[in-house]
Amino acid sequence: MSKYADLLKLPDARGHFGRYGGRFVSETLSFALEQLDEQYTRLSADPDFQAEFDRDLALYVGRPSPLYPAERWSKHLGGAQIWLKREDLNHTGAHKVNNTIGQALLAKYSGKPRVIAETGAGQHGVATATVAARLGLKCQVYMGADDVQRQAPNVYRMKLLGAEVIPVESGSRTLKDAMNEALRDWVTNVDDTFYIIGTVAGPHPYPKLVRDFNAVAGREAREQSLAQIGRLPDALIACVGGGSNALGLFHPFLTDDEVAMYGVEAGGDGLETGRHAAPLNAGRPGVLHGNRTYLMEDAAGQIIETHSISAGLDYPGVGPEHSYLKDIGRVKYEVATDTEVMDAFEDLCNFEGIIPALESAHALAFAKKLAPTMKQDQHLVVNLSGRGDKDIMTVAAKQGITL
Amino acid sequence: MSRIQATFAQLKENNRKALIPYITAGDPAPEYTVELMHALVEAGADILELGVPFSDPMADGPVIQKACERALKHGTSTLDVFKLVTEFRKTDQKTPVVLMGYLNPVEALGYETFVKAAAMAGVDGVLIVDLPPEEAEDFAVLLKSHQLDSVFLLAPTTTLERARKIAAAGSGYLYYVSLKGVTGSATIDVPAVATKLNEFAGITDLPLAVGFGIRDGKTARALAEISDGVIVGSALVGRIAELADRPSEMAPALKAILGEMRQALDA
Repeated sequence: MSKYADLLKLPDARGHFGRYGGRFVSETLSFALEQLDEQYTRLSADPDFQAEFDRDLALYVGRPSPLYPAERWSKHLGGAQIWLKREDLNHTGAHKVNNTIGQALLAKYSGKPRVIAETGAGQHGVATATVAARLGLKCQVYMGADDVQRQAPNVYRMKLLGAEVIPVESGSRTLKDAMNEALRDWVTNVDDTFYIIGTVAGPHPYPKLVRDFNAVAGREAREQSLAQIGRLPDALIACVGGGSNALGLFHPFLTDDEVAMYGVEAGGDGLETGRHAAPLNAGRPGVLHGNRTYLMEDAAGQIIETHSISAGLDYPGVGPEHSYLKDIGRVKYEVATDTEVMDAFEDLCNFEGIIPALESAHALAFAKKLAPTMKQDQHLVVNLSGRGDKDIMTVAAKQGITL
Repeated sequence: MSRIQATFAQLKENNRKALIPYITAGDPAPEYTVELMHALVEAGADILELGVPFSDPMADGPVIQKACERALKHGTSTLDVFKLVTEFRKTDQKTPVVLMGYLNPVEALGYETFVKAAAMAGVDGVLIVDLPPEEAEDFAVLLKSHQLDSVFLLAPTTTLERARKIAAAGSGYLYYVSLKGVTGSATIDVPAVATKLNEFAGITDLPLAVGFGIRDGKTARALAEISDGVIVGSALVGRIAELADRPSEMAPALKAILGEMRQALDA
């Protein structure tokens, strides 16, 4: 029996993963969260709800996504065989849609006509706008004003899908401020609004339900590994901002003790510079956005600005389950710097003909380090959580090119 | 009997309602806070709520968010807030001071350090917006052991069953959030507040004070008639923002706003 068997029981009834998680919100939201918890507990055991979710994933998202052997890149690196879980091939181009499909179904079952979301890179905003359009729900997306600038194509995609994008000018004008503003909206409109949180953070039950909706990727990858490799992989790698794609991949493998797991945080200019977004590597536990988790904060407990080449990882917190998995040592958390990320990004373009999202390129950057230290008969599964079309302006700018 | 209990007992005896102004400590800069606290007392404040600045004040509207930003720009830390209260206490030993803020700066300091320093400075109660009673057990025990009151929020969405638990965990007074929204929001539905307060009054002996969105004497009066007191924040903080570059005018301006509310409550 796995020494990690108890992990599958988490979170507890009050949303705790060890000392992390919980529900740290102002009183107005308590009732809505209790209702959501009850609703999710009921529906997650309801075969009809699960069948509807599975059907949407198959016919609308295009699941299962392939587990693709990156043979040429693996050969070039000269070590373990690298397999890419192709979440970039999902409808809307990233793993985010798994979660928004699930939460939009919850919204539909709860009868609320309006959904809101926060977004960083815009992937979650697009995925929310997409499902809202499909279900005829009114959709407003909060996005940091700086991110609106650097992710213009996704802003336009959301508008095309009928959503209203609200730029957030407060604080550092990035993802954390968008989340503050979405929470303020929800407090105000809690009666008719469903808040579709985009990652495994926030107050209970969000970290649990976002994980569960994303775990489809891990379940598929586990079956595909058994079918295509003939056994479980030796290691899993995924990037971690809030950490939803990582938990989606990791969770179904948690009790497979022989499978090593690596979460890769945004190292920005390098941990030593302080300009990064790596709370698990360089932060400490605190409370933000409704849960206790590792945070980037100063000595006085004020949240500090983060830096990453990828807007989707530019967040000072991380899902509370990751904090717990770090503390008990089940998952190792590494960093990749912006420079390493660009290098891995170019590798994947050149060796495999795949343009990865800059977020996912963090996982690739660590795979590039890890694979050569492993044997050729060992296997690595990397979550290619999104495609990189949205990032071409950023990459071009980094290369000194004006499009 | 705590200073807060004594204040409410006295008010009740005189058939008056509590007027509780809120300002953010360190706004627009730390050197003005103590002067403003005294001015508010002179204008008729019964209890002072002093905001502890936080970078991500999720329950607050733009007015108090900006107040936090101004205070943080001057580096106002939680320890600085204690210094300001200590300074205030040198000349006012009577008016209760309640710190209102968010959990992370408290956790950064450590619960025990925070509570000890608060008690030493002469703080009377603590309200942590994002710390509901379920998560507050350890903190509440510490507050109690230092004779500090735990002030909790009740909201329009709070069920009677939940309100019972919150009332059992709280002390000093309960803070009823008048509307679904953030601080400084637009309109209060007085009859709706009355209905909810009526329900809650049946389950607790604690005084019920109402806040969020009170900007004039008329609303203050209407709410005071159905509660034990009113809390006024954004109306004052907004005025501080307007006068940030004319600091000598801030105290008189706050006194004018609060004085009008005092008159309306006492009339």
